[in-house]
Amino acid sequence: MSLVSIRDVRKSFGANEVLKGVSLDIAKGDVVAIIGRSGSGKSTLLRCINGLETYQSGSITADGIEVAGANTNLRELRRHVGMVFQQFNLFPHLTAAENVMLAPTVVNKVSKAEARATAAEVLAKVGLSEKMDAYPSELSGGQQQRVAIARSLAMRPKVLLCDEITSALDPELVNEVLRVVEQLAREGMTLILVTHEMRFARDVGTKLVFMHHGKVHEEGVPKEVFAAPRTPELQQFVGQVG
Amino acid sequence: MLQFSFWDILSNLLIATQWTIVLSLIAFFCGGIVGLVLLFMRTSRIAPLAWFTKIYIEFFQGTPLLMQLFLFFFGIALFGVEVSPWTAATLALTFWTSAFLTEIWRGCVESIPKGQWEASSSLALSYIEQMRYVILPQASRIAIAPTVGFSVQVIKGTALASIIGFVELTKAGTMLNNATFRPFLVYSLVALIYFCLCFPLSWWAKKIEGRLNVAR
Repeated sequence: MSLVSIRDVRKSFGANEVLKGVSLDIAKGDVVAIIGRSGSGKSTLLRCINGLETYQSGSITADGIEVAGANTNLRELRRHVGMVFQQFNLFPHLTAAENVMLAPTVVNKVSKAEARATAAEVLAKVGLSEKMDAYPSELSGGQQQRVAIARSLAMRPKVLLCDEITSALDPELVNEVLRVVEQLAREGMTLILVTHEMRFARDVGTKLVFMHHGKVHEEGVPKEVFAAPRTPELQQFVGQVG
Repeated sequence: MLQFSFWDILSNLLIATQWTIVLSLIAFFCGGIVGLVLLFMRTSRIAPLAWFTKIYIEFFQGTPLLMQLFLFFFGIALFGVEVSPWTAATLALTFWTSAFLTEIWRGCVESIPKGQWEASSSLALSYIEQMRYVILPQASRIAIAPTVGFSVQVIKGTALASIIGFVELTKAGTMLNNATFRPFLVYSLVALIYFCLCFPLSWWAKKIEGRLNVAR
């Protein structure tokens, strides 16, 4: 059974239909790279998976929970579905460790000591052991994004959604974040990434999804799709960004 | 006839000032607590709660404080409950203060970037938890200056309680004037005392505001 299953999802903002019947299946351990032009609906699709956006028809299940079900406990769903944002969105009044500890202590009712140990572990994983007590304003963009990844990991998510997580970074900081994501992929974490990093999508992804005008226009194994794009839209897109 | 010296007038005014201060403090703190509850209701996604709060705020901001004092003083009496000026003034000023503080604080909450809500939502925090751990700690820093600034309005607002017979600074001034027939002296002193209460607060509010601007 797939970990995330998306069936014919449609979503409009007013009269503007941004998702026109999207279906996708994501299995445990998949690293899905969603690419496409801005406005193609890729970020909206990602935000529908953890209920940040609602959709009008179709269905999405994540870890067996129907996202838009009448009795759905979004809180339960979000405990297992992590998300990392383009703008990091760290809590500026909390240190790196406190950012990471917040959800485990508040939502999972874990003790402070245990949460601190988890924070040390996940911050070490993203290479920021020595920055535990730094405030976000004292960190570079790349470091902030790595704290944001650690913050999600502390909840032990079954799937991690990454929404253009390197797009707001200076070019020289992009790689330190991508290395962390690559490490997660190698460890078997299920990842769904909206990204503009084509090389990363090809080398790390197990599945490539090209979205165009609110639909999945082409999908497949990244290396094959990049080597021989079937549709003219993807050929053109790869030609422009590649 | 009893003679009042300058010092008699001043000391009587200062005694009454205590009640202005007590009423202001009660109105401010009770209004603050009610305001905080209303803030949670106003910014919640539960539509009836948000609507109720909106109407509440419109009523207390859209009618004169004096009318509210009358409504509490005479209105509750219609139900056969005897209301002292003290109770009526406390209730009216509390509700009036809460309405304004809720609106001030709502602005501060809404100035927190949407990403903070989204990130905390994605971490499975509930609305109350988001407010408690993420939004209010940030919003309260911004809120200090306008809140302190508004406390000046509360102090001046207590003057209206004199009309329903509550003896505070303004009422004491009226009574002293009736006894001494020296309106200019009495009311100058009254105004001076209000100024001494209010000026430090507005000065402090400006100072905090300046400091926050530098921090950006």
